[in-house]
Amino acid sequence: MIDAKPIIRVEKLVKKFGSFLANDNISFEVYPGEIFGFLGANGAGKTTAIRILSGLSRPTSGLVEVVGINARTNPEGIKKRIGYMSQKFSLYDDLTLYENIRFFGGIYGLRLREIQEQADLLIQKLGIEDLRNRKIGSVPLGWKQKLAFSVALLHKPSLVFLDEPTGGVDPLTRRQFWELIYDAAKQGVTIFVTTHYMDEAEYCDRLCILAEGQVKAIGSPEQIRKDFDSEDMDQVFYQISRGGEKA
Amino acid sequence: MTPIVTCKGLSHSYEDIHALGSIDLSVNEGELFGFIGPDGAGKTTLFRIIASLTEHFKGDVKVLGYDPAKEYKEIRKRIGYMPGRFSLYHDLTVEENLKFYAAVFGNDVDSNYHLISDIFDQLAPFKKRRAGKLSGGMKQKLALSCALIHQPELLILDEPTTGVDSVSRIEFWDVLSRLKESGMTILVSTPYMDEARRCDKIALMQKGEILMTDSPLGISESFLGDLMEIRHQDRFRILDLLRLEHGESSAYLFGQTIHLVTNNHSVDDIEVLLTKNGIDDAVVQPLNPSIEDCFIQLMGGKDD
Repeated sequence: MIDAKPIIRVEKLVKKFGSFLANDNISFEVYPGEIFGFLGANGAGKTTAIRILSGLSRPTSGLVEVVGINARTNPEGIKKRIGYMSQKFSLYDDLTLYENIRFFGGIYGLRLREIQEQADLLIQKLGIEDLRNRKIGSVPLGWKQKLAFSVALLHKPSLVFLDEPTGGVDPLTRRQFWELIYDAAKQGVTIFVTTHYMDEAEYCDRLCILAEGQVKAIGSPEQIRKDFDSEDMDQVFYQISRGGEKA
Repeated sequence: MTPIVTCKGLSHSYEDIHALGSIDLSVNEGELFGFIGPDGAGKTTLFRIIASLTEHFKGDVKVLGYDPAKEYKEIRKRIGYMPGRFSLYHDLTVEENLKFYAAVFGNDVDSNYHLISDIFDQLAPFKKRRAGKLSGGMKQKLALSCALIHQPELLILDEPTTGVDSVSRIEFWDVLSRLKESGMTILVSTPYMDEARRCDKIALMQKGEILMTDSPLGISESFLGDLMEIRHQDRFRILDLLRLEHGESSAYLFGQTIHLVTNNHSVDDIEVLLTKNGIDDAVVQPLNPSIEDCFIQLMGGKDD
């Protein structure tokens, strides 16, 4: 990791909406193959930063480079190279699993032949032949999220953004989902993930904790716990959110 | 103790979707009763039936002595219901929303203000702000104020802490504890297992069924087998090792640690197993099961 070039580089990122500072001078780097957790209370500026990192919004100032592409000058280039899924947006309920794969494969510019191969591979790997022609809306949420993650990896991105991928999911499926994340990371995919579950923060290689649009802590979960003299991430989070809160 | 809510053999389907199985339930006066389970467990359907908002269910349900299918008017006067989605008027101010809800129930804000002062004082600086412009945590406090302003006998809160950060979640439960002390009966649903310990009684729900109902302690004590916690840097390697030895569903991630469920194995046995595989610096110790451990066990390793 020492010699590796960062796959995400953020230097002094500022994003303003009118007079409101959503991201206030944020800097961090993410390295290839890392599971990088991005945490913060509601309104801390997470969503704003993720939108910029994934090419959906432009920074007001500062340097943002994702997979070597500048987010200000070439946001479209970023979109093609990354994977993305969230709790709110994953697969289309009224398309079947195979139709979803075809749709997302097409969006990412895969040829039909490749899409068919990838679909077969995915369905075989997960052992879900019976789900191939089922509408996603009738698939249990846990499975839907696992499938959405696999579909987000269809075009073999080197970086994938997961925005609260396990919200509302049962405790067993949440853990299975993290094992999928871990498998993908082992194969070299860089994972950028947000979550409200503090136990999941512990599964990340490194964390970045935001409050009031600023980076309040960055490092391995162990290091951060030590720095804040806390037994668990809940306590860290409490200190950061309370310490920084203005009425 | 008088039961405030009873359900016997309650089930409900939406067209071809089976939303609730055969639910049996009894909530006593003054209880803070938690319904804990993931999305799709049936929590909202159950609450809507109790709140008299869903008809055509099967089974016998009584809420404050009334039948929600027939005597919904009586029930609606006496309950406060906070649905999962923000239900207030976005283009009314904070103050106007509160006045509106009080007026609907024939009350005025002042006579019951003591019930909400605890929560509403924090909203006071934003009284003139439109509800749609509030932050998530503030919206939630306003919604709770509006559900309380007519002094309900029964308060029903559907996932009030979903999507709320962990600090605000703790504060919200502090508010509920104080309401409980005032004698109010409260039903609350949540997908967060760690909130269970704040309840007098909990029902663990999954796929339209109640897996178990008991006090948090009672549920912990019903855990089968011995639970151990293993601390080590290389969690995924240990996970593989333990599963190979003790079965696929025996070991799972748990924050900084791994949890292992065994029968007839000691801490020593596990340490020996790890050492044999070249891991001699793991910390292994016995552990009391949390609600999340119990939930995982009750799911029985059965996947979706």
